[in-house]
Amino acid sequence: MIKFKINDQQVQAQPGWTVLETARQHGINIPTLCYHEAVEPSGACRLCVVELREGDWSKVVISCMYPVAEGLNVYTDSQRVKNVRRWILEMLLAECPASKEIQALAAEYGVGSTRFAVHNPEEQCILCGLCSRVCAQVVGANAISTVGRGVHKQIGAPYMIPTDKCVACGCCVTVCPTGAMRSRFDAVRGVPKVVLAHGAR
Amino acid sequence: MSKASTAPQLEGQRLNSVADLELLRQNRQEQQDPNRAEVIVCHGTGCLANGSPKVAQALKQAVAAAGLEAAVKPLIKITGCHGFCSRGPLVVIRPQGIFYQRVQPGDAEEIVEQTLKQGQTVERLLYHDPQSDELLATVEDIPFYNLQQRVVLKNIGWVDPTDIRDTILRGGYLALAKALSGMTPEQVVAEVERSGLRGRGGAGFPTGRKWRSALKAIEKKGRPVYVVCNGDEGDPGAFMDRTIMEGDPHAVIEGMIIGAFALGAEQGYIYVRAEYPVAIRHLSLAMAQARELGLLGQNILGSGFNFDIQINRGAGAFVCGESTALFTSIEGRAGEPRPKYVRSVEEGLWGRPTVLNNVETWANVPQIVEKGGEWYAGIGVPHSTGTKVFSLVGKVNNVGLVEVPMGVPLAHIVEKIGGGVPGGKPFKAVQTGGPSGGCIPYALKDTPVDYDSLTKAGSMMGSGGMIVMDERDCVVDVAAYFLKFLEEESCGKCIPCRLGLSRMREMLESFGMGQGSEEDLQDLGSLAAAIADGALCALGGSAPNPVLTTVRYFKDEYLAHINEHRCPAGVCKELITYSIDAEACTGCMTCARACPQEAISGQKKKPHVIDEAKCIRCGICLESCKFGAVLVR
Repeated sequence: MIKFKINDQQVQAQPGWTVLETARQHGINIPTLCYHEAVEPSGACRLCVVELREGDWSKVVISCMYPVAEGLNVYTDSQRVKNVRRWILEMLLAECPASKEIQALAAEYGVGSTRFAVHNPEEQCILCGLCSRVCAQVVGANAISTVGRGVHKQIGAPYMIPTDKCVACGCCVTVCPTGAMRSRFDAVRGVPKVVLAHGAR
Repeated sequence: MSKASTAPQLEGQRLNSVADLELLRQNRQEQQDPNRAEVIVCHGTGCLANGSPKVAQALKQAVAAAGLEAAVKPLIKITGCHGFCSRGPLVVIRPQGIFYQRVQPGDAEEIVEQTLKQGQTVERLLYHDPQSDELLATVEDIPFYNLQQRVVLKNIGWVDPTDIRDTILRGGYLALAKALSGMTPEQVVAEVERSGLRGRGGAGFPTGRKWRSALKAIEKKGRPVYVVCNGDEGDPGAFMDRTIMEGDPHAVIEGMIIGAFALGAEQGYIYVRAEYPVAIRHLSLAMAQARELGLLGQNILGSGFNFDIQINRGAGAFVCGESTALFTSIEGRAGEPRPKYVRSVEEGLWGRPTVLNNVETWANVPQIVEKGGEWYAGIGVPHSTGTKVFSLVGKVNNVGLVEVPMGVPLAHIVEKIGGGVPGGKPFKAVQTGGPSGGCIPYALKDTPVDYDSLTKAGSMMGSGGMIVMDERDCVVDVAAYFLKFLEEESCGKCIPCRLGLSRMREMLESFGMGQGSEEDLQDLGSLAAAIADGALCALGGSAPNPVLTTVRYFKDEYLAHINEHRCPAGVCKELITYSIDAEACTGCMTCARACPQEAISGQKKKPHVIDEAKCIRCGICLESCKFGAVLVR
């Protein structure tokens, strides 16, 4: 058992756990968007940031990937942590204004509106890549991935052409934290293959 | 044991022992005629662009035509970058060390006739020193060179990078021979630790400590272990690593072989960006020649130690210079970084212990092993030892590549070696460390250039780019430029970097248009802190630095934009107007002809007028006017 503190509260963790897993085990809330138990964490959304402190030293890390260690001092809601979360949420409000989930989360952190220009009022996707990770790691279909780089990044099938590799299982729709995959599912899925019984024509 | 009788045939033969290598060196030395003239033509990037291949061709023809005696036939040698790029194409004639600048193909015959035949200098090609107002004949006389201390660059400008024997003659692979013949891997690591060498790629992590922790990780996880060289130099205005890879590829390769010997690695990778085709060609050629001689590959110098290197080309992503993104790129996946909570010495390439060092770091290793860690630690200052190569660019007279001991004042590099700002005014700021570094103002010109002092000033060592700015550079515009660069180079994996950088740039651009408030400036600082804390890798994490340092040192200039709607540097187009000073204007019509918008009207010998409605504020009139009559407000 590894012992350390979250928000000055003593917690225990198994070796190999992350700070987020330990926090959730102890009922301590840390918000996440791109995290899902079914797949490897990737550290894309950065909402799960926490602050580590040791005397005067302090550092902000993401709890979904930070391995537990004896004697850590973790703060999940400090000033620095809130600053990161608030700015992320304010930017997401402008980036995916159609997502109810983002609006609710932003309101929770006191971010009611955004100062930034909205590019697409219909957008819901935060590009966390959870859908493509599920498709690769759980389903094994590798039908979708992130395409492009930086501000041009998007989610799609290779060459943005609907693909037969998609087995229409709907896992991506299920894990999507903002409901964005619902509306792009048909842009990914090719013509479903008609699988006939053995010997049939 | 090799016999003396086999020595003459050593050319082109595999070297089977350390003694063979020494024999080859001695053979080459004996073949050298100390009086033989060598005409060295710089083929660095700047000189290539200025036409140095044509100069080399013309010199070869002139030598052939002059019919000089075969015994003293001069050698035309092509080398890597000499560093004094603003003066190219450069030609150096050894053994005297005569330095000719801005040489054109038409000068070749005169050089052969005057210098090679009669031993006189061609005065009009010599360097004129603006400070002493003298013509300086040799490399050693020129302040740009004699104020430098060349350790990493010592072979560049001397050896032909395409011929391994030339490098061997000048002491190449001596360190490898020393390591293989008398040192244990442990002693090699200890020597590097003693040298105090810190990573030259930017973060400045002590190289010896990195190797030591890799050894510990190997104890736990076993081998294979990989050594990797980061040649994905991408900072705007930086070309140190490129010069080393192009001009002295064997220094990098030898450093990696020594590192592999110390760590017990059998496979190494050099990750070079595809935009450096000459570096890739020279490295490949150097590796092929080293393999042929038995300095790379199986059973190196007969020692039983095997190690080989593979070159991986980048595909244009700046972020692949980040260690974890570099590994994923080598592994064949999209170059995106991952959090480094487990360090790459424990889990790097293919999940194995990996030592990743920068090109310049690897190139330092052979000399540390050869001359000892203590010798190296004696150069520079206690916590930043050795020398550092900087590429000096921007508003500075002597644009080029300089190498100085760590800890020299910033002003020494910019004003003494760099010759200061054209026009003689003091510089406004120096941007160090590339897009992730910061701007250091003139007031801090005595800041020692070492890792810790630069960090204290809000900037960083980075890979060694130094961009000099003068009063005509607007800090708001500069900060927006660097953000734009990083915004385009962001991999887009994490939200703070993907969205935050473009939002920061939008805020800066609104300042540049005279919009925004002081409150916005504070919010910009808060957003910058959120990105620095929240971003996944160092690209996003250090991206706010140019903004933070310019706000810290040039807040007045930001406030002038915001409150007074004025750009003191005269750069931000929305805030400036061009006009013509009727007193100073001679009516020469030059500006009117140059103006692409035909916005300037007026008659000959009468003052001209700029039509503000047509003016696009491109500044061409300002550059074309010889009388200083164009005003920017």
